Amino acid sequence: MTQDDVIGDYKYGFHDSETATIRFDKGLSEQVVRDISALKDEPEWMTDIRLKAYKHFIERPMPDWGNTGMLKSIDFDAVTYFLRSSEGTEGDWDDVPEEIKRTFDRLGIPEAEQKWLGGVTAQYESEAVYHSIREDLTSQGVLFFDMDSGLKEHPEIIKKYFGAVVPYSDNKFAALNTAVWSGGSFIYVPKDVHVTMPVQAYFRINAKNMGQFERTLIIADEGSSIHYVEGCTAPTYATESLHSAVVELIALPGAKIRYSTVQNWSANVYNLVTKRGIAHEDAVIEWVDGNIGSKLTMKYPAVILKGEGAHAEVISVAYAGKGQHQDAGAKVHHLASNTTSNILSKSISKYGGRSSYRGLLKVSPKAKNCRSKVVCDALLLDEDSQSDTYPTMEIGNASSDLEHEASVSKISDDQLFYLMSRGHSEDEAMAMIVNGFFEPFTRELPMEYAVELNRLLEIEMEGSIG
Amino acid sequence: MADIVLEINDLHVSVDDVEIIQGLNITINKGEIHAIMGRNGSGKSTLANVLMGHPDYKVTSGSIIYQGNSLLEMEVYERARSGIFLSFQYPSVIPGVQVGTFLRKSINSIKGEHAPSAREFRKLLSEKMVMLDMNKSFLSRYVNDGFSGGEKKRLEILQLLLLEPSLIILDETDSGLDIDALRVVSEGINSVLEYSACLVITHYQRLLDYVKPDHVHAMIGGCFVKSGGPELAHKLEANGYDWLEPKTEVKT
Repeated sequence: MTQDDVIGDYKYGFHDSETATIRFDKGLSEQVVRDISALKDEPEWMTDIRLKAYKHFIERPMPDWGNTGMLKSIDFDAVTYFLRSSEGTEGDWDDVPEEIKRTFDRLGIPEAEQKWLGGVTAQYESEAVYHSIREDLTSQGVLFFDMDSGLKEHPEIIKKYFGAVVPYSDNKFAALNTAVWSGGSFIYVPKDVHVTMPVQAYFRINAKNMGQFERTLIIADEGSSIHYVEGCTAPTYATESLHSAVVELIALPGAKIRYSTVQNWSANVYNLVTKRGIAHEDAVIEWVDGNIGSKLTMKYPAVILKGEGAHAEVISVAYAGKGQHQDAGAKVHHLASNTTSNILSKSISKYGGRSSYRGLLKVSPKAKNCRSKVVCDALLLDEDSQSDTYPTMEIGNASSDLEHEASVSKISDDQLFYLMSRGHSEDEAMAMIVNGFFEPFTRELPMEYAVELNRLLEIEMEGSIG
Repeated sequence: MADIVLEINDLHVSVDDVEIIQGLNITINKGEIHAIMGRNGSGKSTLANVLMGHPDYKVTSGSIIYQGNSLLEMEVYERARSGIFLSFQYPSVIPGVQVGTFLRKSINSIKGEHAPSAREFRKLLSEKMVMLDMNKSFLSRYVNDGFSGGEKKRLEILQLLLLEPSLIILDETDSGLDIDALRVVSEGINSVLEYSACLVITHYQRLLDYVKPDHVHAMIGGCFVKSGGPELAHKLEANGYDWLEPKTEVKT
């Protein structure tokens, strides 16, 4: 594969020269895990969790489902598990090293922060390099830290919740993340506090053969609400990178968490992420999840509806281009009565790309009167591309009601002709149809992300014909 | 001196190797309205699609000269940008694309550097929507998604008014419109005729009471079998087309 094949039109495919101050040797061992923990000067209990997780990772076989061929090709020994780009986290943008600053400027941070965001944390390689939070949030008692700082400042909260939603034994990649995690966000919203502006994190892999393993934990206390936005990019290298994050959300009674992601990895990143939230009584968890790029994505944002009256919303889109497999979907467990969920999944495949919807919907026998609606729509842009659906449903009682709709469509010649007759070139017409197809997703995003996503899709559509 | 907008010479068109248009000739001057009448399957809509450049229709011989250039060399969007507008018989649904966005993007594509500013566009849009008796809420709906027949046709005419084409092709625009709407549509067309020419394709005489043609052509079997003034439309409405059927072979 040539460099061009890998790069395509990937917009964020630039990379800076590395400015690592600490770089671990490639490969994973117990010593690497101990070293990461020691370097961060962590409490012993965290080191212990890491080591247990490492042991589990080594013992746990690869998943025997999903794209097993691609999974097998991951070379864990070729990955760098920790890389520090700057000395510590900066609170002032001016103090961030020049190279890193330039990268984030190109990505539009902290411009975005000035305009509308409640807070920003920007992660470069393994650790956060820039972090800020608006003063009014601090004064309301909102805690927003990068995960490493969070562990130092509030170990008691993190000890209570870390791994409570996604234990390391959950799956091989959750184990890997728990063993070597670095960075990510920690947020705690106190009772009845409503964070009205979205808070944002930006993750970027810059070094080659780099693994990024951020760990995010958000706790919304009773009656509170927060919208967290996460963007991810990576530059393009001919060799592969690994991104394996874990995100845990806890919405206590009456709380609401919305977690929006737009991922735009380059075509050589393995993106294997475990995202899960627990919604207590009358709480709401919403995952808004956009996946563009990567070589293989396996990601199924999940919600456990633990308390009565809780609600889950999972809206996701995936775009699979050449050589890419987006294996994405949603999981909802209805454990309590009168819980409701909506799942909307939309995927586009082009140039032989493959999109899979993999969903699990479970209603436990004790959970009466649950309602759920699942809609999966796939759009294929050429004959070589592929879409498949693997929905699993286990409904444990007769009082619950489930709807499922699925469709696969193609762009019709008549639609293209109609748009072209209004002055749009074939690529523009295609982009308009594709943007329209994703619209139920993009309208849920903050404006800047919606615009960005539409622009990315337009770039993807260029030269798509013929 | 006549200002020729469109000149078609001995046009032959096939779809899937079946010849639909068989030797058609027409010249349309600026300011003129031409009506083409004929039964289903006579080739009327084929002509509309060929002029706009639908890829399924193959021109096997003949020429189409538009404003002095060969139309056949031009892509669909180039034809649109050079001022050809087709009001579709069956406009496509574009899910997720709002009417307002669609109109703005279309006017920008077609007018290029002469496109109105955002402010001018809003003003223009609200002016034309008032004229067509359309509600503002229209703009946030998705293009033709769940539209009634009449709503679809109004959206076509709204585009016509915004894009100010120099050649208007109306393909069965009267179907799905009530009398009030017909009057509104015809007012719209008449308001742009000063700088354009119009080709009206229709089954019925009804629309022609509002959009008054200078020339009427009866189409049978892919060519014009009779041309005349507005009186021909009335005759076709009253007597049908049987009297025009070729007994042996008709040459035009």
